[in-house]
This record gives sequence, C-alpha cells and structure tokens, in this order.
Amino acid sequence: MIRLFKVKEQQKEAAGSDGKPSVKKQSAGELRLHKDISELNLPKACKMSFPNGKDDLMNFEVTVKPDEGYYKSGKFTFTFQISAIYPHEAPKVKCRTKVYHPNIDLEGNVCLNILREDWKPVLNINTIIYGLYHLFTEPNHEDPLNADAAAVLRDNPKLFETNVRKAMTGGYVGNTHFSKCL
Amino acid sequence: MAKQISCSRSRDLDKLLLRSGNLVGPTFDPGTDLRNDLQEYAKVLVVGAGGLGCELLKDLAFSGFKNLEVIDMDRIDVSNLNRQFLFRFHDVGKPKAEVAAERVMERVNGVNIVPHFCRIEDKELDFYNDFSIIALGLDSVEARSYINSVVCSFLEYDADDNPREETIKPMVDGGTEGFKGHARVIMPGITPCFECTIWLFPPQVKFPLCTLAETPRTAAHCIEYAHLIKWDEVHDGKTFDPDDPEHMQWIYSEAVKRAELFGIPGVTYTLTQGVVKNIIPAIASTNAIISAACALETLKIASGCSKTLSNYLTYNGVDGLHTKVTEFEKDKDCLVCGPGILIELDTTISLKKFIDQLEDHPKLLLSRVSVSYRGKNLYMQAPAVLEEMTRSNLDKPLHELMDKCPKDIVHVTGAAGKSGSKQSCLRKLRVVFKVNDGVIDMDVANGA
Repeated sequence: MIRLFKVKEQQKEAAGSDGKPSVKKQSAGELRLHKDISELNLPKACKMSFPNGKDDLMNFEVTVKPDEGYYKSGKFTFTFQISAIYPHEAPKVKCRTKVYHPNIDLEGNVCLNILREDWKPVLNINTIIYGLYHLFTEPNHEDPLNADAAAVLRDNPKLFETNVRKAMTGGYVGNTHFSKCL
Repeated sequence: MAKQISCSRSRDLDKLLLRSGNLVGPTFDPGTDLRNDLQEYAKVLVVGAGGLGCELLKDLAFSGFKNLEVIDMDRIDVSNLNRQFLFRFHDVGKPKAEVAAERVMERVNGVNIVPHFCRIEDKELDFYNDFSIIALGLDSVEARSYINSVVCSFLEYDADDNPREETIKPMVDGGTEGFKGHARVIMPGITPCFECTIWLFPPQVKFPLCTLAETPRTAAHCIEYAHLIKWDEVHDGKTFDPDDPEHMQWIYSEAVKRAELFGIPGVTYTLTQGVVKNIIPAIASTNAIISAACALETLKIASGCSKTLSNYLTYNGVDGLHTKVTEFEKDKDCLVCGPGILIELDTTISLKKFIDQLEDHPKLLLSRVSVSYRGKNLYMQAPAVLEEMTRSNLDKPLHELMDKCPKDIVHVTGAAGKSGSKQSCLRKLRVVFKVNDGVIDMDVANGA
C-alpha cells in the first residue's frame, strides 16, 4: 500500500487543494429509519408530526386518539427519539400527556416490552405505534408502572373507568391533578 | 547488507522490510526505499488514547511509523491507571491524547505525534481522508459506526462496480471487554465493513420498566430504578450526566435506599458506575494483546511485508486461552460500503419521471418509492403529512434537487419485485448525470 500513499501524497503536493468540501453522508440508522417511515401504515387513530421539518426524521411526535375502550376520545402525544445506530437500539419513546394509566407513569415513562427488553432490529416504527395504540385499547394491570391505577383496574373496573374519565376531562384522581386532554 | 542489519536502530524491522520472503504481499518491494517511504509517507491516525490507544501508539512508534496522530475527547481518570500505562497519578485530569503523545515522543526518538483533544464528530471529513491507515481503539458501537461511515464515504466504484484502489482507506479495529477482545482488518469495498457485520453484536441488556418500578430482584434493578425512573421524578427537566460525580453519587444513594427497602444486597458505588455507564472492568493484558495484533496489521498493510489478517480475530482468555480467525464476507447490499446500482440520467429529468422509471429498471422494479439524498427527503410516499410536505419536489429536475452534483449517491425505498410477491426494500443508487445530448431515458444497458 505504501506506493499508493506515496503517489497520493505527491499528487496532492503537485495539485494543491481540490477546494471541494466533503459533505457528510447519512448514517445507516437514518437510512433504515427513512425506510420504516416511508412504509408506515398507521391506524386511523394515530397521527404523526415532524416538529423539525421533513428532513429530520430522528425526532418526531405521534398523537393517539383511541376510538374505543376506557380512553375513547382522549388525545395523547408521544415523542420519539431515534439514535444514530437504529435499529441496533430501540427508539426512546416518552408520553408527553399526563395520563391515568397502569402502564404509563406520571413522568411519561411507557412500559412497553418492545421498547426495552423485547426490542429486536427486525421490528420497526409501525410495530411500536401499534404497541402504543394497544396500550389504550387494552391497558393491563399486571407489571404496572402506576401501581395505584393498576390496582383499581384489577379490583374495581367501574371505578377505573370513572377515574380515567375524570382525569381526561381535567380533575383530581386521588392527590394528582390531570389536565384536560379530550 | 549484513553490517547494515546488525548495527542500525531498525535492525529488527529491516529483517522484514529489506528482504523478500514467501509470505510477502503481491506488490512488496523490499529495500531501504520502502523503509524510508514508510517513515515519510505513511500517516496513521489512532482513534482513542485509552486502553487500546496507549498500546497502539507505543507499538506503532516502535514499528517504524514516524507520522502519527491521536484523537480522544476524554481526560485521564484514576481508574485508567491500571492499564493506560502512559499516564501517571499526577496526570489525572489532563487530556489523554496530549499526555499520550508527549510520553511516546519522549521515549521514541524521531516519531512525531499530533494530539487532538476533541470529539471524532468535530473533525472535518478531509481530516480523516488525509491518513493512510486509521487504527481504532474505541469503546462504543456508535463511535465505530460513525468512523466507518466516514471512511466508507471515501470509497468510489468504477463503472464495473469494482472499488477504485486509490479510494480504499484501510481501517484496523480493536475492541476489548474484560478477558475478551477482537481485532479486525477493514478494507472498504473488499472486506466487510463495520455495518456489514453489525448483526454480530448482541443487543444490550434492558430491564422491563415495570420490573424496575414494582418488582426489583437484583442490585442492577435498584440502580436502574434510580437512574431511569427516580431521577426524572426529582430532577424535573435536568438531564442526568453520567460523568458528573455528584449525579452519580445521587444515583448511588437512591439505589441503596431502594435496595434496603426490598432487602437486596450488593449495591456498591463501583457497580452503580458500571450499570449506568455500561462499563465492563478492563485489564492490561487483553488490551496489550489486541493492540499488538492491530499494530502488526497496520505495518503489514502499509508495507506489504506479509499476509494480512483475513479478516476477524477473536480472543478469549477467560476459560483457558482461545483465539480464532474468521473470514467474514462483505454484504454486497451494504448501504454503507456497497456499490449500489449505477444509474445514468439526463440533467433535465424530473423527480417524478425518475421515480416512474425505477419501476421498470430490471434490477429494481420498485414501486411506492421514496427518495432521500444526503439527509434531505426529496419525496416521501408516506405518512400523509410528509407526502404533502414533499409533493412539490416531484416536478423539479432531480439534478437541481441534488445541488447540481455531476454524480452522487441517492437512497430509495419502496416495494420491489413483480406484483404478487412484493418485498419492501432500501436501495443505494449511484446516480451519474450525463451531459445533455438529447437522451432522456435512463441508459439501462450501460448501467444495469
């Protein structure tokens, strides 16, 4: 290889600088994300938005408006943050709407297996969005992040339904205040 | 000749460089010119000045390289001193790259090492293109992926989809983890690049959030609870900084409280750092073995004095001692180092027409196409909001959307194959614009 280096060096000295600035290319993660997003097949209840414009696919928002179940008519917004090594690493998803839910805590952390221990590179953005939608149509009281909400869902579903309604219309459940999100 | 070999400083190196042999590379040309050229024209960059970097700098300097540079964004910490032998107790707090360069230059007469105390992303691409070979002593998938994409971006292919030799920039990558390590040679376009084999990495261990919140069973669960859940509850808005000792101390004390609550033993400050920063304890011997292999490969690649590693060495010293070399093959469809498909176009063709023609291209047969160019999404067929935002580009000439570049890479996604068995795919295209001579269709015969 040394001959090659020598030739290149001598060529460079003779020619002077090329003047053409090298531009950064996209990372493999961005390309794979581009593919996932261009193939999205969202349920009607889910909408996407790109706060940084059409060229930044690594940060976007998904709004879920469940049309059935306890959370019908509510509006819940999630932020997605994709890393440069996607899909090797799962996207970071947080719920920005304060919600009374057994699997979403008051800080916005979402307990969804495919976001953490069950993430595989073969999954994609579509599967995550469906997973989030499923959280609202079928909240589950096993393995909860919000223990109180989970207990109420398990022991007294009627009270759970009332609490969810109260939280969504804006009000107190226990000591926590929820803003209106209908 | 015998006298020259026995007296000179480069006596041992001369045995490799001044005479021919049975294992030499195809273009090997023994002689003093080779030795002098190595010193004058070979420029090697060492990425990282930690466990592997210190060893690499020493080994490369001793191997006769005179022009070295090293880049590292970290400062020396007391925990580094068990293996990063160029550093001493009184160096704690100083930039690793600067101290390492200084120490090796003190010890090896004639070597010149330029340190760079900054992040690898802070350097212009031309900085990396200046080097003959890049040796990596990194500690994360992200950093390797970044350097790999930069180096592979210099690679160009000719019309027959063969890599052009003068654009191949060799990389030698080393990695260690406790008693295990790997060393590999990456020749972009010939051997697999980092991205071609990224599936080799096992996914990181992630605990379910509900386990952390409700049913912790191990010390690591308690630590991650403090790190991922409790921190945000208390420090509303403030980002956790793993390098800030006060933040780490807070995590540790919260983890201890949680462990006491659940009766779980084993939470220590060291374990806290390890879990939060994903650190695996490191030892000197593994780093020495892997760097030695990397430095040797660098010398062989530069001089051609012997056959290079082909192409992936793994080392395991935890149960007996075991090494193996595997010859991985590159992924011809690799988005980072692959040739892509050559497409020749007229400068007047619109984005819409380009997309339509992809459906009939024999190697593509793509429908429902989305196109991106250097991070800009030229057209997205879904979701609806992006389709609306990019629809106006369809009538513009592709040449203009590509900033009038005569040739460049474009990525397209879509559904490929004859109707009935369509599969989603992502393809890399090498677009070359021909000077307008009336030809509007894609030159399929030439490019396919």
